Amino acid sequence: MSLKKEPDEGITFDTFMEGVWRQNPVFVMVLGMCPTLAVTVSAVNAVSMGVATLFVLVSSCLLVSLIRNLVPKEVRIATYIVIIATFVTLVDYIIQAVSLSLYEALGAFIQLIVVNCIILGRAEAHASKNPPLKAVINAMGMGIGFTIGLLALGATREILGAGKLFGFSLFGEHFQPWVVMVLPPGGFFVLGGWLLLFSFMRSRSEKGAAHE
Amino acid sequence: MNEPTPVHTTPSNKMIVTMGLVASICGVLIVAAYESTQDAIANNKRIMVERAVFKVLPGAAKVSEYVATPSGIQALTGNVPDGGVKFYAAYDQAGVLKGIAAEAAGKGYADMVRVLYGYDTQCQCIIGIGVVSMRETPGIGDKIITDKEFLKNFDALDVRVNAEMSALANAVKVVKHGTKQNAWEIDAIAGATVTTKAVGRGINESAQKLLPLLVPHVAELKP
Repeated sequence: MSLKKEPDEGITFDTFMEGVWRQNPVFVMVLGMCPTLAVTVSAVNAVSMGVATLFVLVSSCLLVSLIRNLVPKEVRIATYIVIIATFVTLVDYIIQAVSLSLYEALGAFIQLIVVNCIILGRAEAHASKNPPLKAVINAMGMGIGFTIGLLALGATREILGAGKLFGFSLFGEHFQPWVVMVLPPGGFFVLGGWLLLFSFMRSRSEKGAAHE
Repeated sequence: MNEPTPVHTTPSNKMIVTMGLVASICGVLIVAAYESTQDAIANNKRIMVERAVFKVLPGAAKVSEYVATPSGIQALTGNVPDGGVKFYAAYDQAGVLKGIAAEAAGKGYADMVRVLYGYDTQCQCIIGIGVVSMRETPGIGDKIITDKEFLKNFDALDVRVNAEMSALANAVKVVKHGTKQNAWEIDAIAGATVTTKAVGRGINESAQKLLPLLVPHVAELKP
């Protein structure tokens, strides 16, 4: 992609991969837990929430980055919130136009994207200090990382709690679903499981690096 | 001496200009999004209502919104007036009234359970229900959608209005599983009593309010 064209801006593969892997918002930074736990009862909900957040993240980081030299530092947070709220409103309308049943399933968590710390964090820590292209690539990585995190939780919970994936039955008639997995406690169980897996993998790779 | 160290501050007018500029850009974006999605949203809402109504009133093909008030019934335009009850009149292809659908809501285990019920004007009974929204426990409360025995309660649930047209002749009641005796009783689902009671109470409340206003004017409903 454009990664090779503009090496001067300091865009590396890591600009993108930071959010997907090294700083994954769900598994590493453990940010945005409110939507992560609440809407991941099914894979479809999880992906929709992830994509909505991705859209808000990328658009607001682009706008924040474009006006980064105009905004006085005293009012920067207020400005970022206005920008983020605007894109959340856009997403709100778009989801209603696409599917009302999805809109009802996601409920208040669409509006709550406004206060998602991943977005404000990216705007403040990255987009306000970097040129637009780099900010957008970084935001995309973060958004995709968040979506992957939500999908991992949503798919696990849907498979265990309903015996389905993306609405398709996996195990046939006689499967007795593990209902607690689609209830709030199940969210914590599954999240705990994934966090355990991730820190296990991290400690393994750190050990491996120490041995070399 | 005690001179405060000079801090670099931005003049307020610059802040105001910046925030004003950002707010205007955002305003334009929101208005553009609103304008371009409004039709699709209205259309989606209509389809959703139609789908829900057709489910509780099989054979219906057209839906119109009405409001019943103490002074009569009229087509709904804008908001529901105070003391009015909103309902849907459903007609078949030929324009014959198939029935009335209205919403009922009762406090369930987790949140309000909102259902839509279909009312047949001929038998003066409820002939079907569908869930509009609920957050009941999966596997327990959601039996009200899947439990065939429970749904049989709504094959012909008696909601006749009394002779004075002031209330239902018999209030809709939820009874313990297996003890239903009268046509106006709802047999609860064993193990999901709270949710069933929410449905029963909601239907009773809504029917008590709507039907006495509606029944004297049913003949006025035309497609």
